[in-house]
Order: sequence, then structure tokens, then C-alpha cells
Amino acid sequence: MQTAKLKRTSLYVSGASPINMIQAAFYNEDCLVYDLEDSVPASEKDAARLLVYNTVRYHRPANKYVIIRVNGIYSEYIDEDLEAAVRANPDAIRIPKVEYKEEVIRICQRITEIETAAGMEVGKIEVWCNIESYLGLINAYDIATADPRVVALALGAEDFTASMKSHRTKEGLEIFYARNALLTACRHAGVEAIDAVFSDINDVEGLKEDTALTRNLGFDGKTCVHPRQIDVVNSFFTPSQKEIKYALRVLQAVEEGKLQKKGAVTLDGSMIDKPMELRARTTLAQAEAAGINVGEELL
Amino acid sequence: MVGTLESSDIQIGLSPNPGGGLDIQLQSVVKAQFGDAIVATITEVLESFGIKDATVNAVDRGALEWIIRARMQAVCCYATGTQFEWKGEDK
Amino acid sequence: MINAVGRELPEKIGSYVVKPYAGPSQKIEAEQTVCSRRKPSKRAVAETKLMPDLKAAIQACGLRDGMTISFHHSFREGDHIVGQVLSTIKELGIRGLRFAPSAVVNIKNPSIVDFVKDGTIDRIQASGIRGELGDAVVEGLELAEPVILRPHGARPHAIETGELSIDVAFIGASAADDFGNCTGQVGPNACGSLGYSFIDATCAEKVVVITDNLVPYPCVPISISQMYVDYVVKVDQIGDSAKIGAGAARRTKNPRDLLIAQRAADVMAASRLFKDGYSFQTGAGAISIACTDFLAEHTEKAGIQASYALGGMTANIVEMHKKGLVRTLLCSQSFDAVAARAIVDSPNIIEIDNSMYANMFNKSCALDKLNFGVLGALEIDVDFNINILTGSNGEMMSGIGGGPDVADGADISIVTLPIVRGRIPSVVNKVFTCCTPGSSVAVVVTEAGIALNPKHKSYEMLKEDLQKAGIKTVSIEDLLETAYSLTGVPKPIETTDKITCIVEYRDGTVIDVIRQIKRD
Repeated sequence: MQTAKLKRTSLYVSGASPINMIQAAFYNEDCLVYDLEDSVPASEKDAARLLVYNTVRYHRPANKYVIIRVNGIYSEYIDEDLEAAVRANPDAIRIPKVEYKEEVIRICQRITEIETAAGMEVGKIEVWCNIESYLGLINAYDIATADPRVVALALGAEDFTASMKSHRTKEGLEIFYARNALLTACRHAGVEAIDAVFSDINDVEGLKEDTALTRNLGFDGKTCVHPRQIDVVNSFFTPSQKEIKYALRVLQAVEEGKLQKKGAVTLDGSMIDKPMELRARTTLAQAEAAGINVGEELL
Repeated sequence: MVGTLESSDIQIGLSPNPGGGLDIQLQSVVKAQFGDAIVATITEVLESFGIKDATVNAVDRGALEWIIRARMQAVCCYATGTQFEWKGEDK
Repeated sequence: MINAVGRELPEKIGSYVVKPYAGPSQKIEAEQTVCSRRKPSKRAVAETKLMPDLKAAIQACGLRDGMTISFHHSFREGDHIVGQVLSTIKELGIRGLRFAPSAVVNIKNPSIVDFVKDGTIDRIQASGIRGELGDAVVEGLELAEPVILRPHGARPHAIETGELSIDVAFIGASAADDFGNCTGQVGPNACGSLGYSFIDATCAEKVVVITDNLVPYPCVPISISQMYVDYVVKVDQIGDSAKIGAGAARRTKNPRDLLIAQRAADVMAASRLFKDGYSFQTGAGAISIACTDFLAEHTEKAGIQASYALGGMTANIVEMHKKGLVRTLLCSQSFDAVAARAIVDSPNIIEIDNSMYANMFNKSCALDKLNFGVLGALEIDVDFNINILTGSNGEMMSGIGGGPDVADGADISIVTLPIVRGRIPSVVNKVFTCCTPGSSVAVVVTEAGIALNPKHKSYEMLKEDLQKAGIKTVSIEDLLETAYSLTGVPKPIETTDKITCIVEYRDGTVIDVIRQIKRD
């Protein structure tokens, strides 16, 4: 049975800091992103790459969706980063500042080459693309559908607003369009949409308002810059009783359909497709993560 | 020199020791319980790089085994002026 | 012989007859009456208690070789009294004393080790000997007898049974009058509660109050009454106020500690005992202080009020009181300047005798009613035994404090600690030094998971409550595996046969001993 992996929260941890990397494994984030890019100074790139490689390959945290963010596609580090990141065998590689589908195709080819050379299962490593410029946003749908490895797009608001010549505010009206445009592309492409960070780590109320918007717009998760943000963000992805009941009905209909060997299953007159089923499973996984007992048998 | 003096890290310097074999100088906050294990990790990485003569100066702040391994790999790459041999990791 | 936590003990250690720890503490009806060395005596009206200096006071007390002297540790690292008194005693050529403060804090100038080396002190009893002295002791510092370490609740008991018989008690006070009425609550070097000294005042043969702030008679408030005091001495400085008030509650920014604190508070809030009128003790470590804040949030959200907070007080517990989240603070110690000052300001913040706080052989103690106790630890093992004394190299890291008392007294005792500190695992197979028996520990909270003790009296209740609240638990074995998978299995600390410290439990039995560390 296909299981839903939660992506409510993605915590960045610098590949230059052993203590942060070790501790990050114990917070409640769903996705742990080991960073080789912005948080690592140029002088530390090689050392950080080895730290991240050894950590992910040999001491991968249990029960986390593990991601490595590599350096930019045109940086001098990308080749070495990919050699290390692929062999570390994370759940996903996160590529910063993606603007064209050709970039994704090229990186995905390279991943395949390394997987093959290393004797690994080909195609298992997923790819997240960070959308951090207006160009990336315009091409979001093409990027999301460039390769089957792509499972999520994540909005990077700081660089995006810089490319737009907008000013970053707490309220975030300047990224309102980008959020919706990214979501639209993701929904159409059938990949997950991850919202931008809320940068002020001391402003809990601000984080709550921002995350409420994240959730209401329809995002599947949000990137976090500090461990203290995780529980707050996770709590916004706790489904309501109504959502849980609906998800249970969807899965019940699917189960019954299977028993009766029906090709197409309907609920309340609408057909249940694969994404709908997956969303229902995600809802229940979110409920379970929030400590709500929804009955084990359907999970 | 790689690594820092932060908690859970190790700072390692590697210098030539022509014909002198391996000389490992270790300062560690966990020397009583893990000193031998740390020296073993350091030696193993040196061997994997084929380094037979070197002086290692390591100041350990309670780094875990694979952190020490990664720091050693990095310092060996710097000292030998090479990139890490990723293919060596494939089984 | 082997005691109930599996520790190998000799029958006798020098003249000390070992009563092995035999399992969960039981109250025993004692035959004897309470021992006190205090004598009924009338002082001539004209005679003054005020002595010109320490030397005169010590001589007036008749202090001789081999006697026992005591102090409180409420001035913490800012204490100047112990050093001044010991230096004066040394000048007088008095030797071979038994040094029995409530705890030895890490004071360096002068050094307690030097007073041992020069023979002024040859025996030590305290709740802890943290710092230079402790390290020297485990390395084999020459003493006439092993150091006896007792939890806070056991010290008054040892005094009342006569096991610890005090000849002269030196009590530092931040304000005192010429007849010896004194307090720690006011004055430039206020330390707050003098709770540790009440038992010394009532049971020692001679009592000397030392202050740098002589006030007109009568001193207000009166923490320790003139009826117990023989002499008063004014010195220039009893302490360094900056260090006395240090440890002031600053909320930690370490996300790992905050996570542990949050989870510990969540455990409390999930319990059915968390209701209007609940009681708690959280303490003063970084995790404990943060835990108090999270507990305050839960209390506010639930719209309830705790009946009392117990033990050592911090600024943020005082803050809870001011917000109406806890009705009464029973304060045996004040951990910071805010808590020290608060006793004077509020009628519902009460200075209490340390014996009332923790001594199980009283007709009752305040711990008997406690719902939640939050404890720190250096190590915990698969039997939930706690080590709060010795570090990974065998060095003396801390004192026992009131932990064993709190664990035993509270309905739900919660141990908070990180799963590893650097490469040092905090969850281990077997703790190096056992201070608190695992049977009294209900739950351990780490960043890597929460483990309930299946052998604790509250297990079924807590298990049900946590399940209901959706709080997941793991087994202590899971935590051990996590810790060792990170650090590797540590090499055991090697010791010689020489016993350097005897670790007593709250009921006066021996729970463990610390042997001399073998060094290369």
C-alpha cells in the first residue's frame, strides 16, 4: 500500500555545524534538509560535503524524510555535491534557484549516471526544486513536470522578491501572487507545494499568522529556519474532524471498490482518483502525527 | 586545519612527518572513555588515504565517530591536494 | 554485600557501619528522641553577644581539635563566609575538624582542598562537593574518613539522630541584630531563604551568626531567632552579591533544551493530576527553568491555579505567582536575586525549613503532597537509576541536592536530560554512581523520546493519560540504543578499591559509594 510521507515542515540545518546536524534529528520536523548552499561559507564547502555525506549515508535519522540541498546548478561545487549527495542516498535532493526545465533534466540525468555508476537503484532519489526568481515562477509548471523525480516545488521568498524588486514584508502581500502561482503549477503537475520561510524566529504570533495563510492557501508544508518554528507550523497542519471524516470515507470507498473489484470508485457522485486517495492518506497521517487516533486499520 | 572547537566537533591539523610514521596528538574531553576509539578512527582514515607518515594534531570537543571520520577525510584531502575519491565509497 | 540497586558495598567503611539501601524508603518509628546539642542557658543581661571579630567568636565557642562545624550554602559561589571562618580557624591552630556544610560550593579563594591538605579539615559531610574539592576527593585526597554525601532531606535527619552532631554552626546572614535575630532576605548581600540553617540553629551546641549588615534591634524579618544564637560577628563582606544572585533565571535559547522542557511540561499537563490545586517543583537548571515557563503556559491555558511550588525558587516561579498561576511558594532556597527578594514582598511566598521541605522522618514534609517533581541528571540507566554526581571521567560534577527526596516524594517524578552531551551518552547501561533509585523515577524525558518506568507506582495512570493526550512514548532500552548508536559504548571508568565517598539515600541507608578513580 502506498504510504503518505508527511512534508508539513522542512528544517534546514547547516552542513557546517556538527552539533546542529546531530540535534536536528530529534525535532519534530517531517523533512530534514542538510544544507550545502547558503549556510556554508566557501572555505567550508568541501568539509561540509563530507560531514553531510557521512551523516546521511551512515547515520541517517530514523523516521525523517531526508533531503540534501546542493549548491547552485552553475556553481563550481555542483559536480562534487552531486557525487556526494547521490551516494549518500537521501530521500530527495533539493536544487536551489531553478529557472528552466532543462536545468532539471540535466541534473536528473547526472543523478541517474551517478546512481548507475555507484550500483544504486536508479530513479529512487526524488528532487525538490526551489523556485526563487520570477523566471522560475513563470516556468514552474514546466519545471514540475521536467522529470518524474520532481515531487515538490518550494518557494524561496527572499531571492524571489529581490528578483521582482519588491520589498519583503511580514504580511507578505508581495509574495501573494507567487504563492498562488506556484500552488497552481504544483496542483496541475501533481507535485507538492512547499511555502517560504517566515524569517523572524522570535515572532511567534507572526509565524502563526503566516502559517495560517500557508495552510489556507493549500500548501502541503512550509520550510522552517529554526527548530522553534516546527511545532507551531506542524500544529497548523492538524486536520479538522470534518476533514478526517471525509478522508476516512474516501479510503473506505477505495477499500470497498477493491473488494468488489471495481475499476472506478465514486464517492457522493464524484470519482475518486489517485491524488484524492493520496490526499486522504496525507490527512490521516497528519491527524496521526498530531496525536489523533483515527483507527489504525486504514493507515 | 579543519573543524572547529565547538561542542561536538573536532579540530584536526595534519603535517608531514617524513619517515617518522604516524604521530597522533589527541586532546579530548572524552579521552578516558573514547580516546582509543578516536585514535582508531583517525588511523583508519589515514590508512585509507595511504598516508603512512604524518603528524596529527587533534583537539576533540566530543565529536561523534562519523564526524571525526568526515573531518579526517577533509584534512587528508587538503593535505594531499586531492578531491575525495567518491568511487571508493561504492560497494 | 549487594544493596537493592545492585551496588557492591562493604559491611563497614572504617568506623562507618553500612546500612545497605533495601528498597523503597519506609518510615520507621524511631525509639530515641530528637538529638540536639542546644543547652538551656541564661545569658547575663549586660553580656553582649556581639564579638569584635571571628577569632573572638570562635574562641568564645570553645572550638577545639576534632570538632564539627557547619555552614549553609545559600550564598552559592558568592560565599565569603566559609573561607573567612576556615582561615581564622587555621590561624588559631585548630585542626582535624569535621566540615559539615549543607553543601560545598566551588569556592576557590581560599581553596577548601588547601584546608584539607594543611590538616584544618580531615572529614567532610555535605549534599555535594562540587568543583575543586570534589575532583580532588575522587582522585584520592587524603581524609580521615570517606566523605559522606546526603540528599537535602537526609541531612536534618542525620542531625536529629545524632549521626551528625554539630559543635559550632556558622550562619551567614544578610541582616542581623546584635542579639542574633537574622535573615537572608534583606540587605546588600541578600540570598533569600535560610532554610538549610534552621536545623543547625536548633541542634548545634554553639551558633554564630555572621553578617556584614548589622541592623538595629530587632531585625525584620526574623528567619532565625535570637533564642538559638550565641554570638554575632560583623565582617566586611559576607559575599559577592553578583555571584549570590547569579543563575538568575534567563530562559535558555538552546532549542534542544527547550524541546525537552516543553515535552516535560506537556507530560505534566497531560496527567489527570494537572488540575486546580496541583503542586510542583521544577528547580533551577536550564531545562527546569524553561519547563517552568511552559508549565505556566499550560496552567494559564487550562484556567487553573497550582496550590504550591516547592523547594528552590527562581524568578519565573515568582512570576507565575504574580500572575496568579500558583497560590503559594514554599521556599527552602532562593536561586536568584528576584526569588530572594520576593519572600519579603508577598505574604504567600514563605521561607521554609529545609527539613520541612524534604525530611521524610518528620511527622510529615511538604514533599508528601507534591504532584510533580522535575529533576535533572547526568546519567540515567536502564533501571531508571539516576547519577547526578559523577561525570564521564569520574569527576565530581554536581551535588546530590534534593533530587532523591523529590523523586520519592512526588506522585510523578520527571527526569529531564539530553540523550547525549557531546559524545557522552546520558542514557547508559549502568550509572557510574547511583544517587536516586530507579523505582522512584516515573518518567524520563529526552529530545529522543519519553520513556515511562513500568515499575513506578504511577505507571498505569500516566500511561493512560499520555495515550489520551496523544503523547508517544518509547522504552528506556530504545533510548539506550539511540544514545549508544550515536556515541558508541563508552569504556568503563576504572577505579581502585579505596572508597572516597559514601552516598546516602534519603532514609539514611547507603545507596552507593564512589571509589577512587584510577589515572594513568
